[in-house]
Amino acid sequence: MRKIRNYTIAAVLLAVWIFGYVLDSGITNSVLSSGLRFGMPLALAAMVGIMCERSGVINIGIEGTMLLSGFFGFYAGVYTKNVLIGFAAAIIAGITASFLHAMMTIVWKMDQIIAGTIINILASGLTSFLYVAGVTIPNNWPIFDIPVLSKLPLVGESFFSQQGPIQYLGLIFIPFIWIMMYKTRWGLRTRSIGENPGSADTAGVSVIRMRITNVVLGGAIGGLVGGFICLELVGSFSKEFTAGAGFTALALMIFGRWNPLGAFAAAIAFGLAQALSTQLQIFGVQEIPQQFINILPYVFTIAVLAFSAGKVRPPAAAGAPYEKEKA
Amino acid sequence: MILLEIKELTKTFPGVVANEKISIEVNKGEIVALLGENGAGKSTLVKSVFGLVKPDSGTIKIKGDVIEYGDTAAAIAHGVGMVHQHFQLVQVMTVTENIILGDEPRKGAFVSMKSARQEVIDLSNKYGLEVDPDAIVEDLPVGLQQRIEILKALRKDIDLLILDEPTAVLTPQEIDELLSVIKNLAASGVGVLFITHKLREVMAIADRVVVLRNGKLVGTTTPKETDEEGLAQMMVGRNVVLRVEKKPALVKETVLEIKNLSVKDDRNLMAVNDFSIEVHAGEILGIAGVEGNGQRELVEAVCGMRNRVTGSVKILGAESPNLNPHDVRLMGLSNIPEDREKDGLVSTYSIAENMVLNRYDQPPFANRGIRNFSERDKYAEALVKEFDVRTPSFHNLASSLSGGNKQKVVVARELSQDSKVIVASQPTRGVDIGSIEFIHNQLVSARDNGAGVLLVSAELDEILSLSDRIAVMYEGKVVAILNGEGADRQHIGRLMAGLKE
Repeated sequence: MRKIRNYTIAAVLLAVWIFGYVLDSGITNSVLSSGLRFGMPLALAAMVGIMCERSGVINIGIEGTMLLSGFFGFYAGVYTKNVLIGFAAAIIAGITASFLHAMMTIVWKMDQIIAGTIINILASGLTSFLYVAGVTIPNNWPIFDIPVLSKLPLVGESFFSQQGPIQYLGLIFIPFIWIMMYKTRWGLRTRSIGENPGSADTAGVSVIRMRITNVVLGGAIGGLVGGFICLELVGSFSKEFTAGAGFTALALMIFGRWNPLGAFAAAIAFGLAQALSTQLQIFGVQEIPQQFINILPYVFTIAVLAFSAGKVRPPAAAGAPYEKEKA
Repeated sequence: MILLEIKELTKTFPGVVANEKISIEVNKGEIVALLGENGAGKSTLVKSVFGLVKPDSGTIKIKGDVIEYGDTAAAIAHGVGMVHQHFQLVQVMTVTENIILGDEPRKGAFVSMKSARQEVIDLSNKYGLEVDPDAIVEDLPVGLQQRIEILKALRKDIDLLILDEPTAVLTPQEIDELLSVIKNLAASGVGVLFITHKLREVMAIADRVVVLRNGKLVGTTTPKETDEEGLAQMMVGRNVVLRVEKKPALVKETVLEIKNLSVKDDRNLMAVNDFSIEVHAGEILGIAGVEGNGQRELVEAVCGMRNRVTGSVKILGAESPNLNPHDVRLMGLSNIPEDREKDGLVSTYSIAENMVLNRYDQPPFANRGIRNFSERDKYAEALVKEFDVRTPSFHNLASSLSGGNKQKVVVARELSQDSKVIVASQPTRGVDIGSIEFIHNQLVSARDNGAGVLLVSAELDEILSLSDRIAVMYEGKVVAILNGEGADRQHIGRLMAGLKE
């Protein structure tokens, strides 16, 4: 049943896409292209959530992880005048923050929501305190076409041309996570410890080690996204720049039913809503007040969650620390 | 050849000595039954062997090698397989995925589902344990889920198989099947350590019986040297009467009348189908049936916990409301629910709170909305004593009790309010033999005091020894109503399986 439903949804989406493409390829391409541009950072942030929750750890600290890594990545990049060092610092910051989260939730068995909240408050306080105003980095986000792929019909112009490195990276990375999750040992074990850690433990899989690995790897991705936003997309660090993106990512993860490709599709749709609100502003639609246009993506998030949340089923063990002796 | 050698093993949990200097050996091809009441330390002992619990002291040797504490991988590598009391299965995954977890066949970087599937098919053919490799575990009945657990254990060419209360949730037929599988394994040279508190199984299958009581090893014997009464005595430490003594029933008026009741289950299928029955004051009416034939839905509908599709339930002659457990209770119905953890207790509340859970808002436990804690404590203290709940204090949390004592709390609460109608669902499931005897006597004395008891149990022995009348339930219907006196086990077994005479 589940499979049939997924295939149906995919088929309908594909049909709409092809229909739009045939009708007016220009508009269809540009809409999808901006959806991808806006949606990809969120899609990657949703991967962080998927890696954590699939292994049984609820991570609401994605927000703080990205904030911290954006901060350290940006200033490291500014003071060393080297963007690559900046990215390295961002990833290290992401790993450190998530390692703290892993220690709190997995080793010390703290409440996972509280641990995530601690990360968020820590990030918000620390970055606001250490914040230095007026520093920027030249915004040198390269936009380029992928040679052969950009010439393909249907997908070429929408997905493989005029995007930045993060979009292309994501297009490789998200299917990669999907393959890892559903086709490899790592994935089978990760999913099993998120559903019933006892079953993995009794089969000789170390639950604690796998969970820590997943949370920390997720933190590295979160670090990359945070660093990307400050170093490339915006070119500066502003206080609370994440503005809820970490939580939006979690919403997309739920909407995508903890499936990397599902979350990706959800993120594209969210990106489309965001692109639409930007377009409406550019065209200067007078009839609708600006504020209403700005909230469009968020209304979208609330709407999809409200309509889908009742039917979804999170990993059964997400949120519960694993206690071996009670197994 | 000695496969497993446990020497002087000790494990303490805060406040309890679970195992105290226990030494056991298991030989090749031998079936050793580990017998003991709940909380005697059986599970802790075998979990130590399998590395799921870290003991405090003592040695565990498997095939001569000392195994480090808490090293599950080493135990597996030494050929130990374990079937757990609580199934360790991933509910949303397929049978194949569950069986290969932890040692997945690979093709390049990927898990090869094709060879995994073939492996499961070969395995199930080899041991004659049929399973559908592609079924999702949560769609399967418990008997099949356990079969998956056993296949999981057998997959790794094991030398020692540990089974932790494998028969607790099985039907009589499934138990027989399981016992013959175990016998075949032992015949092929596998050593078996079999935990149970069911004496019938021990007598049927064990080569040697090791009895634990309160964390200590109290004796070793063989089925030839003893009988069920003798084993029960070793287990409990005193004389136990296995048969329930009861006077003839003095049947009076109808107290519970179920008429043309139909109820749907969670999957929205009709589970109880046009079901009618009457329970009279002064009798125990037992419902026999293989689990999953609508018993649970029947009980829930009677107790106001599940929506009735059609039909009526009358308690003491008055129509009972649909979907309102509280009002149903006020009409004079007591309910010992099937799942004490979920529906019977609030495990994070104290024992005292649990004792008044059904009446906390009624006098004398509350007066105009203000609770009276000293009345509650007085009452709880009396019940703890009367129902022999073994706890240092009634202020302790319900979660600190063993299974049998938890059940005593539920029974104490439900039977002490002198209800005229008592619904008891699996009242002794997972409860040790001493407590079973006690709970059975309490049910009989409630009946002697004029209550009508509706007893639902998957244990045919329990139905046979307690019931004045027996209704056999099959696919949501009553297929026969028999007299409890002189009812034939085989005959009921056939009716339970849906066979016509």
